[in-house]
Amino acid sequence: MEKFTTVTGIAAPLRRSNVDTDQIIPAQFLKRVTKTGFEDALFYGWRQDPDFILNQQPYLGARVLVAGPDFGTGSSREHAVWALRDFGFSVVVSPRFGDIFRGNSGKQGLLTAQVPEEDVERIWRAIEQQPGVEMTVDLVERQLSIGELRLAFEIDDYTRWRLLEGLDDIALTLRNEEAITAFESRRAAWRPTTLPAR
Amino acid sequence: MSTDSTPSIDTPSAPRTLAEKVWDDHLVVKGEDGNPDLIYIDLHLVHEVTSPQAFDGLRVAGRPLRRVDLTIATEDHNTPTIGIDRPIADLTSRTQINTLRANAEEFGVRLHSLGDIEQGIVHVVGPQLGLTMPGITVVCGDSHTSTHGAFGAMAFGIGTSEVEHVMATQTLPLKPFKTMAINVEGTLREGVTAKDIILAVIAKIGTGGGQGYVLEYRGSAIRALSMDGRMTICNMSIEAGARAGMVAPDQTTFDYLQGRPHAPTGADWDEAVAYWTTLATDEGASFDAEVFIDADELEPFVTWGTNPGQGVSLSDVVPSPEQFDDPNERAAAERALQYMDLTAGTPLKEVPVDAVFMGSCTNSRIEDLRAFASIIDGKKKADGVRVMVVPGSARVRIEAEAEGLDKIITDFGAEWRFAGCSMCLGMNPDQLAPGERCASTSNRNFEGRQGKGGRTHLVSPLVAAATAIRGTLSSPSDLNGK
Ligand code: SF4
Repeated sequence: MEKFTTVTGIAAPLRRSNVDTDQIIPAQFLKRVTKTGFEDALFYGWRQDPDFILNQQPYLGARVLVAGPDFGTGSSREHAVWALRDFGFSVVVSPRFGDIFRGNSGKQGLLTAQVPEEDVERIWRAIEQQPGVEMTVDLVERQLSIGELRLAFEIDDYTRWRLLEGLDDIALTLRNEEAITAFESRRAAWRPTTLPAR
Repeated sequence: MSTDSTPSIDTPSAPRTLAEKVWDDHLVVKGEDGNPDLIYIDLHLVHEVTSPQAFDGLRVAGRPLRRVDLTIATEDHNTPTIGIDRPIADLTSRTQINTLRANAEEFGVRLHSLGDIEQGIVHVVGPQLGLTMPGITVVCGDSHTSTHGAFGAMAFGIGTSEVEHVMATQTLPLKPFKTMAINVEGTLREGVTAKDIILAVIAKIGTGGGQGYVLEYRGSAIRALSMDGRMTICNMSIEAGARAGMVAPDQTTFDYLQGRPHAPTGADWDEAVAYWTTLATDEGASFDAEVFIDADELEPFVTWGTNPGQGVSLSDVVPSPEQFDDPNERAAAERALQYMDLTAGTPLKEVPVDAVFMGSCTNSRIEDLRAFASIIDGKKKADGVRVMVVPGSARVRIEAEAEGLDKIITDFGAEWRFAGCSMCLGMNPDQLAPGERCASTSNRNFEGRQGKGGRTHLVSPLVAAATAIRGTLSSPSDLNGK
């Protein structure tokens, strides 16, 4: 996973609340066998409507999604994060996130920036006054800037640290490589091995 | 493991439970300040449904699979149970199977494909090969991994990202589970089996009663069970919400294991047995919770509702929602009766079935098939009832055929199929039609589990057999004269 410090990119306003993971990616896409290539599945239902915001330029190239409260509630599917990431998003801004979604995001390099509801409203207005305006998200300073606005966002210390260091769960565990190898060297001979097949 | 907060946990002499011992012996890094422990995984079982994205994750990150020699894969959830030499018709199923084959090839994972002699349900294959043994940790991207706890292993299901984690690191960061003792004392009456014990346990503690716990099944009735019976019990621990279920290893365990392809041999065997004998819960060790079941009192059990906790004795009647004090349970019972098309007060033995499914990782081992066959031997199935018998693995199928069980089964009028999950979840074409009612030896009676609109009654192999003969839910004791 890449280290996350600052992201600058087009911000897309999603004026909806309670965007659950079924909306983010419907169940029909869960049968796939890959972990990438979900960009076409993102908000699949809504994107059938040509007027949907993410069907409009300049938002096809957006990197920051600014949504209403309770984003990412519902089923625990990790595909929701994959779909956002594959579409090109690095950051989702919302007043409140579903717990599991927030956890899944942090593990996969998607920043969930929490700001008060009135700030989301101010961001939406800033974007709508100047469609295509870029937002800078500074994880080191925990600050968003868009146009004249400078806003603080919240993210827990642990997730922030992991994003800054670019550590996914596996990388985090592999920091214990020595301990794992030492454990393996002590493993008793009677313990099972699948190879060679007997 | 979670014990009292006294620091004595590190003193070797402090009494510990079976689960705590296995946990402690797999600690790679002890978590400080509320962080999870890092636990080593001895055996990783893989199947086609939960592995594709894990393999893909490794590929995307450019990571190798750390220990292919501790990993083994089988095809089970999607595989057809007839015409196994033909291409799989369903595209999604075929894609998942082909993806597993390509991934196994690329990463060097041992795979037992459809048609292979070791192919079968992943939880039947591990024990049968002697890979599942006492005192090890076993994971699989499947909730019924708890099955392997019957050997005194710590075995639990994991999600796809954890599958990738184990592939990459052979470890998992985990917070200790709590421990619950399930004491089953006494002697089972004739016709009462391991399946009835576990259905009674779940009915008693509820489908959420085991949440966060590893259950240790103890007591004389458990000691008297064979390994196949113990596996049936541990298999359904997850239906009580538990992470895992365990039985302390004993002579029954050792006898089952000795001589299996991957069981230790020679000095390794002696060393292993010496260690395994130390695993039983120490005198004086305390559990976070305890439950008592009187084995003498148990009768054949059956579920009437749409979760495995909604079960009663087969000699009872369909309960009325008013019997439940808890408003949620009452509402659940109402919904369940409606879905199941049952009327409160109906004797369960008068409920007719359309189908009988004998199979799944709960009850598809050789003893299960023997028990089923012993009841139907020389008889004919009830008219209009479809009976499907699906062995848990290709080896079980061969073993059964060597004993002539297939002949008994087909003479009875039942279908004798190839190995796989089959109608346990209906991911392959083996499904119930809408409205069809089935007595099933599987583990989940959820709405639509065996096919959209299908109605499932969970039962033991003996009850399944008697039901197939009479056409209504029945136990072998109802067969006198028939
Ligand atoms: S038999 Fe049923 S419960 Fe067991 S692994 Fe297969 S689908 Fe899951």
